[in-house]
Amino acid sequence: MTTAPAAAATREALGPTLIRLRQQGLDIVVVDADLGASTSARAFRAAFPERWFSFGVAEQNMISAAAGLAAVGHTVFASTFAVFAEHAYDQLRMSVAQPRLNVKLVVSHGGVSVGEDGASAQSVEDLALAASLLSFRVIVPADVVEAAAAIEAAAHTPGPFYIRTGRPKQRVVYTAGPRFRLGEADCLRDGSDVTIIAIGLLVERALDAADALAARGISARVLNMATIRPLDTAAVEAAARETGAIVVAEEHLVHSGLGAMCAQALATRHPVPMEFVGVPDRYGESGTSNELLELMGLTAESIVVAAERAIGHKRR
Amino acid sequence: MVTTADLALQLLTQRVRRHIVQMVYAARSGHIGGSLSATDIMSVLYSRVLRHDPRRPDWPDRDRFVLSKGHCTPVQYAVLAEAGYLPVAELATFRRRGSRLQGHSVLGRPQGVDSSAGSLGMGLSFGLGMALGGRLQSRDFDVYVLMGDGEQNEGQIWEAAMAAAFHRADHLVALIDRNGIQNDDRTSNQMVTEPLDEKYRAFGWAVRADVDGHDLAAIEDALLWARDVRDQPACVIFDTVKGKGVSFMEHNPGFHGAPPSDEQFALAMDELGGDE
Repeated sequence: MTTAPAAAATREALGPTLIRLRQQGLDIVVVDADLGASTSARAFRAAFPERWFSFGVAEQNMISAAAGLAAVGHTVFASTFAVFAEHAYDQLRMSVAQPRLNVKLVVSHGGVSVGEDGASAQSVEDLALAASLLSFRVIVPADVVEAAAAIEAAAHTPGPFYIRTGRPKQRVVYTAGPRFRLGEADCLRDGSDVTIIAIGLLVERALDAADALAARGISARVLNMATIRPLDTAAVEAAARETGAIVVAEEHLVHSGLGAMCAQALATRHPVPMEFVGVPDRYGESGTSNELLELMGLTAESIVVAAERAIGHKRR
Repeated sequence: MVTTADLALQLLTQRVRRHIVQMVYAARSGHIGGSLSATDIMSVLYSRVLRHDPRRPDWPDRDRFVLSKGHCTPVQYAVLAEAGYLPVAELATFRRRGSRLQGHSVLGRPQGVDSSAGSLGMGLSFGLGMALGGRLQSRDFDVYVLMGDGEQNEGQIWEAAMAAAFHRADHLVALIDRNGIQNDDRTSNQMVTEPLDEKYRAFGWAVRADVDGHDLAAIEDALLWARDVRDQPACVIFDTVKGKGVSFMEHNPGFHGAPPSDEQFALAMDELGGDE
């Protein structure tokens, strides 16, 4: 296999993966709302122009039309920015989710790491919305390698998907190749004192935090929970039983994302001390990706502090 | 001259109207006015124009029908039952717990229902996607989308209108049931969308307007015209009467979403005539 780059944006996976899947004979069609260059989907247009449908800057029409294409048998990939998918929420609900049509929404520019475009462009709530679309599987890949694997899994699995990718270049975690399994957490590092459950950009920060904790004599498990719905509750429960404390880290509003889902899962299964690293009760602003991640406390240092606090709340 | 076939079609519209009133009366809820206004259009479409086969509801080459004004399921279920997609007796389960016949249409319930609807304004987009898929598959099925005139308030319709012309979706046919009344009041008091014909033309559609939506021959003629338009999508605007066929429901905003009383039900069935 080809060597993975040292750094890449997760959004870069979409176009090349769609081309490869079509070359393998899958009945892929792609719908676009004038952001194909940014989402990377546009590469597909040059390769398979008859399977590319431009809908202009009109996300609602694009999503319902995608559902119609799926209803006559195609595997439909739709892409835009995460915030603009929110613009078509009712269409995702009624045209796609309720009839469980084969529409795969791959949204880029998720989270605050969009950066300079500011608050309107920063989706801090999209995962809560996507997770509320009942028949959707919701995935946040940790790097470009996993993003390609998730897109491939979506193409091969009937039904709706929501896959969130990001704008900035980030470290490649899966340098030895993807280990993505739909609906299963990936244990990147085992540990016994605390578990860090992370998604997206926070996975590399969770690994950095685990290194820092190890230097202080704390053994941290790191779970990449790329599929947030359906949630791998078995892995969450095992982490609680085996390590006794949990930190959830995500680029999303802290009260309505993966942390809330994990807390609910554990409340009825095996409650343990938990801490949450996520976007606090505020919208973003303009700045670089890293400035905004720091502003929101989405850093390895925050995860370290949260882990120590969770461990401190364990019963003696 | 009235032929036997014309008489059969006339009798079909009478049975469909009776089903509609019975369904909404029995369910004590449902949308009677907009179902009665679309009865003649739907009856002609299913018996004279649509290529379909109730024995093969998943036939890939079948024409598609999309009910975008998804609250008007009574007319959809009644026409499907008369065509043989479900037993006529099942119409009595409309809106009941466990029934396939949901208040607003749900794709596949029963087979023959090719789209989900309820939130207004999405059907034209959904039908456009179907038509684009048909072209990609080199199938020549047509897609008919029935919308309300009040529904034209929805912005998504104009996104779809723009895109359908851009993609030259000539197997897409928009049907507008212009009955002049929306949920709360007459369209003239809620939101004016006229001139609809000029709007669709400006968006790049072939348009036939002012078609009498209760003249069965005129309906058939307009539908066949729309089917054969090439290089652009086609739109037929039917002038209809909300509540058509029951005197006290006609032009009456009170019968958009309310069921008839016992007395009104008896009167309505008496006016509609036909067999018990």
